[in-house]
Amino acid sequence: MAPTRARVRRRGAATPYLFLTPYLLLFLVFALLPVVLGVWLSLHQWDFQLPNKPFVGVDNYRDLFDSNSVVYSFWWESLGATGIFTLLSVPLLVVLPLGLAVLLNRAFPGRTFFRAVFFAPYVLGVAVIGLLWRFLLDANLGLVNRLLGLVGLPDDTAWVTDLPWAWISLVGVTVWWTAGFNAVIYLAGLQDIPGELYEAAKVDGATAWQRFRHVTLPGLRPVLLFVVTTTILASANLFGQSYLITQGAPGTSTRSVVWYIVEQGIAQNDAGRAAAMSITLTLMLAVVSVANFRIFRYRED
Amino acid sequence: MALRRIGLYTALVLLTAVFTVPLVWMVLTSLKSYPDAQRIPSTWLPDPIETYGYEQLLQAGSQNPVLRWFANSMLAAVAQAALVLTTASMAAYALARMRFRGRGLIFGLIVATLFVPPATQIIPNFLIVDTLGWLDTLAVIVVPGAASAFGVFFLRQFFLSLPRELEEAATLDGADTWQIFTRIVLPLSKPALATLAVLAFLTNWNDFLWPIFVLFSGDQLTLPAGLGLLQGAYQTDYPVVMAGAVLASVPAIVLFVLAQRHIIAGVSRSGLKG
Repeated sequence: MAPTRARVRRRGAATPYLFLTPYLLLFLVFALLPVVLGVWLSLHQWDFQLPNKPFVGVDNYRDLFDSNSVVYSFWWESLGATGIFTLLSVPLLVVLPLGLAVLLNRAFPGRTFFRAVFFAPYVLGVAVIGLLWRFLLDANLGLVNRLLGLVGLPDDTAWVTDLPWAWISLVGVTVWWTAGFNAVIYLAGLQDIPGELYEAAKVDGATAWQRFRHVTLPGLRPVLLFVVTTTILASANLFGQSYLITQGAPGTSTRSVVWYIVEQGIAQNDAGRAAAMSITLTLMLAVVSVANFRIFRYRED
Repeated sequence: MALRRIGLYTALVLLTAVFTVPLVWMVLTSLKSYPDAQRIPSTWLPDPIETYGYEQLLQAGSQNPVLRWFANSMLAAVAQAALVLTTASMAAYALARMRFRGRGLIFGLIVATLFVPPATQIIPNFLIVDTLGWLDTLAVIVVPGAASAFGVFFLRQFFLSLPRELEEAATLDGADTWQIFTRIVLPLSKPALATLAVLAFLTNWNDFLWPIFVLFSGDQLTLPAGLGLLQGAYQTDYPVVMAGAVLASVPAIVLFVLAQRHIIAGVSRSGLKG
């Protein structure tokens, strides 16, 4: 029996929702609910062992700014650790990959091979990277000190247990690990800049530096904004490198803020304060991202 | 000109050394005996080549069931990639091609979560999976991660770039939406689906932060979570630790070599459309 027109239309109206349902279920439970629940948690004293979870208003937030609270010094120390790491790693991860991309952005035999080689470390997980570099940076048995010794430099630096070496290690490893990722993004952006612009600049007698400054950089502006923003977010999410390579050492000085939040929320049974920290961190990052957009837009005018 | 060529290749070779020597050193060390790896100054080549590291790692009845971790990781990564492909492709198709009430709102919410730092979701998500009774099970490392908005966003962009004519012709021939989706749109989208599958697999295979907090029993761990334990158990017994790192690297490197084009294409596109 042929379906009636009305039934067809009704079935048709449900179709988009049927297509969406499987994903929306996942999305609601594991992406949207966590945001709402996070805000809710941050307003409560949430100890897994407590039978009731009393509402405490903004106390969890106030504790983060009150030097008498138990979490104050650890929170700011870990936030500072992530801040130092971000300030040191972002400039390198914005500039060095651009160099790699410019190097790769010309026709020569083996180009795809070298692109793949530079990208390769990125496909490995932070667990592999962490174990590998903990070994390479070992003060006695590590390759890094061995190579430095070979060229006559000090060969007994405590790369993972002393400052400032621990910072240099975390930043250096992260640059080695993720530079290829940013380079690939830049390379796609470079290939979108019309070749005629370079031709015209050459005809006008522009030097290689002038062509880079006045053709390449303006052409890359949207890509630069993307790279700067995502690199800041990625650096602010620092966890595995400091957990596995420096293990927070010396003391807890290289313990990242994400590490501290998760530790406080899960291991220390203090989900309320941990949620307040997460939200405060998110807001700080939002301010940085908005500032980025404004800076890049301003330059465009 | 020839001089510039030489300069270019010198730079490329030096950079290649910087990116590959650490990985080569990892493999060489995994093939050393314990005393060989403790030698100061260290030597490049294992002398003799030993399977000590791998034997320690894979010994039966060990406290660290590495093969079990490998299997858990493989199962979780394949299952999550399949879940992402199925759910994201259907949702992305609805968002790209169908008109319905609430479309703007739903898409806006999905895009908005791309800007929420994932680490800040961990505490609430921990409570959610605890309530579901999923802690320390396979589900906890397969399902929540599939809610990521990236797949929907990525496939929607791709579907929007497909010409509508084929779908319109199929409608005239009497095909329903599901038939059009499975017989026309999905086959046309193989490159994008392959890219997403590879990226989803690698993301799950490499995940570290989430599994170390939601899995507890020795038998349930993923390989990255287990590697953290190995580091603690074997400390400076580097052949064993490096053998573990090699084991976790091999599937990722093999996939990269086979699907390099897809991975690079996926990453490049995320930058341009992001």
